[in-house]
Formats: sequence, structure tokens, C-alpha cells
Amino acid sequence: MSNPILTTILLSLISFSYSYGKKFAFTTGSKVGGVHKLHSRPAYHGMLIALWCALPSLFILFVWQFAEPAIISSMVLSSLPDAINTLPPERLGLVLNDIKNLSMGLSFGGQIDPQLLKASEYYLQLQQTGINIKSGAVIILSIIGLLAGFKLLSPSLRARNHVERVVRYFLIGCSLIAIFTTIGIVLSVLFEALRFFQKVSVAEFLFSLTWSPQISIRADQVGASGEFGAVPVFAGTMLISAIAMLVAVPIGLMSAIYLSEYASKRMRATAKPLIEILAGVPTVVYGFFAALVVAPFIRNAGTAMGLEVSSESALAAGLIMGIMIIPFVMSIADDVINAVPQSLRDGSYGLGATKSETVKNVVIPAALPGIVGGILLAVSRAIGETMIVVMAAGLSANLTVNPLQAVTTVTVQIVTLLIGDQEFDSPKTLAAFALGLLLFVVTLSLNILALYIVRKYREEYE
Amino acid sequence: MSDKNMKRKTTMTIVSEGLAKRYKKEKRFKMLGLSAILFSLLFLVFLFSSIFLNGYKAFFQTAVQIDVFFDPAVLDVKDPATANYHGLIKTSLRTAFPDIKKRKDKKKLYGIISNGASFTLRDIVLENPSIIGQTLSVWVLADDDIDMLMKSYIDRELPESDRRMNDMQIDWVDTFKAQNRIKFLFNIGFFTNGDSREPESAGILGATIGSMYMLAITLVLAFPIGIGAAIYLEEFAVKNWLTDIIEVNINNLAAVPSIVFGLLGLAVFLNFFQLPRSAPLVGGLVLFLMTLPTIIITSRVALQSVPPSIREAALGVGASKMQAVFHHVLPLAMPGMLTGTIIGMARALGESAPLLMIGMVAFIVDIPSSIADPATALPVQIYLWADSPERAFVERTSAAIMVLLTFLILMNGTAVYLRSKFERRW
Repeated sequence: MSNPILTTILLSLISFSYSYGKKFAFTTGSKVGGVHKLHSRPAYHGMLIALWCALPSLFILFVWQFAEPAIISSMVLSSLPDAINTLPPERLGLVLNDIKNLSMGLSFGGQIDPQLLKASEYYLQLQQTGINIKSGAVIILSIIGLLAGFKLLSPSLRARNHVERVVRYFLIGCSLIAIFTTIGIVLSVLFEALRFFQKVSVAEFLFSLTWSPQISIRADQVGASGEFGAVPVFAGTMLISAIAMLVAVPIGLMSAIYLSEYASKRMRATAKPLIEILAGVPTVVYGFFAALVVAPFIRNAGTAMGLEVSSESALAAGLIMGIMIIPFVMSIADDVINAVPQSLRDGSYGLGATKSETVKNVVIPAALPGIVGGILLAVSRAIGETMIVVMAAGLSANLTVNPLQAVTTVTVQIVTLLIGDQEFDSPKTLAAFALGLLLFVVTLSLNILALYIVRKYREEYE
Repeated sequence: MSDKNMKRKTTMTIVSEGLAKRYKKEKRFKMLGLSAILFSLLFLVFLFSSIFLNGYKAFFQTAVQIDVFFDPAVLDVKDPATANYHGLIKTSLRTAFPDIKKRKDKKKLYGIISNGASFTLRDIVLENPSIIGQTLSVWVLADDDIDMLMKSYIDRELPESDRRMNDMQIDWVDTFKAQNRIKFLFNIGFFTNGDSREPESAGILGATIGSMYMLAITLVLAFPIGIGAAIYLEEFAVKNWLTDIIEVNINNLAAVPSIVFGLLGLAVFLNFFQLPRSAPLVGGLVLFLMTLPTIIITSRVALQSVPPSIREAALGVGASKMQAVFHHVLPLAMPGMLTGTIIGMARALGESAPLLMIGMVAFIVDIPSSIADPATALPVQIYLWADSPERAFVERTSAAIMVLLTFLILMNGTAVYLRSKFERRW
């Protein structure tokens, strides 16, 4: 039985149980003197039975979909002769792939091993049995559920309470997904990072000054040392982020001040959304722009002034990243500046201060914690930004503070280490997860610090 | 007394002496603010116009008209699909330029026509097999170098050795031009083809479909789950350590760099659950986890903006808490939730970093037909093309960016429209 047919049968069973439950409620209701005498409205009776019919079978279906491939693979493998079965896991995986391809009718020429052919037939047969068992189990379970639901039906059934309990569990489940995501991130990154630190010591990773993740394949190979000192990578990240903040903070802050203190209502209503478009432009577009327009421009300008500028200079990536972050800084600063009460400004004006003096001496100090928090959040964004630096910054890990040279960043290294063919055990691949762990920890602490500063130093106005 | 007054300036004079300077400072400060805003706006204009100027020509493509003799000796009437169509084009070019004799030059001559042209011929024959044996004038795509020359990206004034094309090739193009056999056609292939190594036949359909599949998965998962979580946290959750953790968690997840979600997808979905690499299914799941916090946060704001009197009225006429929320509060909060979801979807559409981690950067020619097929996404396609060395790909990249930006503008525009149309102030 194919999946669409199974789905149709299941759906019709569910809709049947819903309408039956509803009808039952109407008929019993009229027997006891009207539907309003029942505890719950008829639709809830229907929903309850539909839930009884659907939930167990859907659960089985879900578990089956995940478990089936693994079960079938292991059964097929155990049917193979020992000579194949005792191969190392990677080779075994290849054999399994061959079997799957054969069973789909794909073959790659040459002699087909009769054992594999037999295995592929066995595989097909198992798949068919699997589908049969699945469909049978799902349909029988849904019918059992349906009947069990019918049994419950009575005029005094508190159907609504049952249905609402199920909905409530669903809602709780939804909000738990966020927690599972965090746990998933931490575990997946941590596990691989720990495996990395078994091969490369933590101290070497954190304090060594050379980063060259190429691992030699032959012992005598040149230029493939495999050194994992992350300092130059961090330094590069910091350099680019610093350039970005030098652009984003003054411009974002001044824009926010102008918009909230000086601009007319109409100007504010047009300028603010326009600047916020900058935040909606995909980062890959900025990356393209930085690599195609800004980097050559800076390079040419530098050469004209007699400076030596790398074509993947930190300056180009940092500048564009800063522009990307402007709207972020601007809207946070705008929010905090607007939260400063008017009475503070009025007091300052009353003492004879000009608008700019009021802003500098009263509004900004009052809004400072919020602004600092916003800047920290912006820094964490800059550190985690990927596409701009992947496209416009370099790959070589130079330890330098010269913005005209090429540097690399944490995110660039993660991307380059993980794109392309990867063996999952080499320190090269695992290094990406170690960098990912660091990235996660750093951005998380910046966020927490930002929240803490905002909470701790927030002035409470009435 | 009066002596003292003469020596010490009054406050008033101090103030008025400094006044001009202070006003000047004030003016400067104001100008600084204004220029900050102007800087952003100018950059915006600069960005958009540079992308437009780089890319608008990609919507037109150079085509060349050649006279093809559908040779019965080459084309088998019974099986026209597998004939040597490339040979037909070569013959046709040889007849058009009979005095090219050298092997190297001939090769250059054949290079005028795109490799994809043989498929054009095949389609013509398959559609109408009766033309076998006739000679037909056919418009076929030119090679990307010819296209670049026609769009004047290749400078004719440069010395021959510095140019991508030699004088002979330019002469051929001029011959075609003189015969009116070369022109720009609207570049339909850009919208109907998958990726290709040949710029002239590379298109964005594969990437667009991949993006659509991913967005569909993201929407189907993120919308109900995000709203469910928001309803629970806002309407039902009792304040305790668990809900506190969930709340802090969601806020932090919203600020986690997107590439970390890619690492999660790689480790969990690909290596642990063994889901297929490069599949929109995995991409959709990763983008779902990435957008979920945003949707939860905006949905909660939407729920908060519904005044408590609505809930109280519903409870007052005997609704249960669940009924009050689902029948009365949720419909009123829906426009706000939809706006938040659309904005989240727009962000997911433009996101590429996590997709690089799960193998969606592969070079994929075929157009994906299901969520488990290998595919790429629109922004990733842009990234891939931006890395290609050919000049023609720069143009395509900009054109693809324009398409992506159009989608984003449409989505955000819908969100703004929804907000202005259904927003209620209580």
C-alpha cells in the first residue's frame, strides 16, 4: 500500500470519527432534552474521537519512518556472508549503497556481484514487508482507537476537558522545541569539539600563533603541517568586527539621535523604514558587493596613494559589515533614546542648554546602558556574520592589525573547513566544530552580558 | 560696588558671548546627524543602482542565426534524439565561413555558438521530425564571450593579446552583424534552466524551486509551532523556573549566529539521522529552527497587544480559558502573527550561511522534483556564481540578486500591507 493511499484511508477514518462523534452528541442530546444538556458542545465529542483515532496511529507512523531504514539496513547486512559483513564500517556503508542502488535499478556497469544482487532483492522484499506491516499497524491502531473512543461516548462525557488537555500538551511541546534546539546545538558542537581536543590540546588551540589546518596525506608533504593555533583567526575576527563597529556605531547612533530629536514626523516616517531596508538585504548581496565593488575600489585607491593593499583586505569586509549593522544599532539606540522621558529634556532646556548640549549631557548619559547593551549585541552580530567575510575576506590566517591586509575569521574558517569532501574523523573537520563552539560561547556571553547591563543599569522612570 | 561690576562680567554677558559658538556647535551636531542618515540612504541607492547596472543586461542574451541543414545522413529518422547535433552546427558554420582552414581557427569558429545550441536543434527536430532533409535558419544562443562582446564588456580598442577574443573572432561577429544575423533575445533560459557551467545557459529555476521547497517546509513547521509556543508562554504558562528557562532560551536563540544552526544541522540531521545531503528537507528544518525564535517573539507581542478585556468578556460568558484564547484572542492577534511570520520567512529566504554547512553548495544542474532531491537555494546560487571567474557570471549574479530582492520586497510589502490594513489600536 503506497503512502498516499495510506494517508487517504487514515484521513477518512479520522473525519468519519469526527462526524460520528458529533452526530452521537446530537442524537443523545435530543434524547436527554437538548444539546445544551450535555457537558460539552457536540464538536468536542467529535474532536475527542478523532484524536483517539489519529494520535496513536500517527505516533506509530512517525516512529516507523525513522526506525525503518536502520532496521532494514541491519537485516540486509546480517544476511550477507561473513566475508562482507566483517568489513570496516565505511566499506560496509559503500556495499549498502550499492545494494540500494541495485534495488532501484541503477547499476554502474561491470560485473554485478550475484551476492549483492541477491541482497538487493532481499532489500526490496524487506521494504515491501515493511510497508505492509506499517500500513496494517497504522490502520488497525486507528480503528482500535476509534472504537475505544466510541466506547467513551456518553451524555455525561466531559469531552471538552479531554480535548483541551491534549491541546495544552501540544502547546507545551511547541515551547519545549526551543529548549531542545539549544540542547541540540550545545551537544552537537560540544561532542565534536571534545573529539577535536583529544587530538589537539586546548592550550595549543587557544594560544598557539599558527593556523594552517591542511593535514598532510603523505608524511613528506610540504606545506601541510596541520597546525591549529586559533589566535590569528580570532585576531582577524576582532579586526574586522572592530572596523565594522567603527562604521556602525557613530553612524547608527547619530542617525538615531537625529531621527528622535531633530527630524520632523514626516521625515522620520520615511527615513527610518528606508534605512531599515539595509537590514533586510541578504548578507550574500553585501558580500557580492564588497568583493565586486568595494574591495577593488579600496585597492585602487590604496595603490594610487602608494600603499600596498590586499585584494581581500579586512577594510572592505569590515566597512560593508558595518553598513549592514547600522540599522541594527540605529533602531536599538532609537528605542532607548525615545524611552528617556521628556521631562529630563525639558529640565535641561529650562537651564538654557541647546538641543545638542541636552543630547550630549542629559539624553545620552540617561540612555547609556541601553546603548552599550545594543552595541554589545551588534558586536555579537558582527562576530557571527558569515557571508560577507566568506566572500570578501581572505583565507590566509595573518596575525596583523593592518586593515589593508587580508585576514581570516572564525566563520570563514568554519565554512572552508566544512565545504567539500570531508572525512568526519580528521582534526581538520573537527576543528570547525571547535571554532563553532567558541563562536557560540562568545556570542552567547556577549548577549547575556548585554541583557545584564541593560537590566542592571536601567533607570526606572515613572 | 560699581567697581566690582565693571570688573566681573555678568552671567548674561558670559552667556551671550558664548552663544554664537554654541549655536555653531549645535548646527554642526545637527548636520552630523543629517549626514549620518544621508550616508545610509546614499549607500542604499548606490548598492541598488550598482546591482541593477551590473545585472540588467543579463535579462537579454545574444543569439546568432545560422542556416542548419538537417542532414538525413546524420539524423536517424527512427531515433532523432541521439544524433550528433553538434556536428550539424559545425557543418553549418563551416559553410558560412568556407575560408577558415586551420584546425585551431576552426575550433575558435565553433566556439561562437553555445554548447547548449545542440539541445535547441534537437528540440526542433523532436517537435517536427518532417524537417529532416531541409535547411532552416535557426536562432541559437551565442557563446558567453560573444555575448560579452555584444554587451561591450570586452574592449575592442585593447591590443589583441590583452583581449579575450582575437581580431578574427571579432570579424566573424561583425560579419554576422552586417548580415543582421545576430541580435539580443529576451533571456527566457535564465528563468527556466538549472545551473550550468556555461554562463549563457545557466538559470535560476533550480535554485528558486529549491528555495520554495525549503520555505514551504519552514512555514509548515514554524507557523503552527511558533504560534503554539507563543500562546502557551503568553496565555497559559505559570511563572516558574521552567518557563523562565524557556523564555531566556528563546531570546538567546534569536541571537545565535546562523552558521551555528548550520553546524547543528550537519551534526544532527545529516550525521545522526542520516538524512540526505543537499536536500531541501534538511535546509527547511535548519531554517525552521533558525526562524522559530523570531516567530515566537513577534507572536507573543501580537498576543500582548490584544487587551485583557477581550479575554475577560469571553470568560464572563462562560468560555473556558482555551476557548477564550482560540476563539477570541487568536483571531485578533492573527494579523500581527502573520506579519511576523512573513518577515521571518523573508529572512529565511535570504539566508545562506547555514545552508553551506549542509551541502547545499553542490553544483546541481537538475531541477529538484521533491524535498529529498539534491538542490540549492537562491542565495546560495548567488554565492556560487559570484565565485565563478567568467565575466558573464558577474552579470548573472546581479540578475539573480535582483530576482531575490524582488521576492523579498514582495514579502515585506505584504507584511507592511497586512499590518496597515488589519492593525487595530485598542
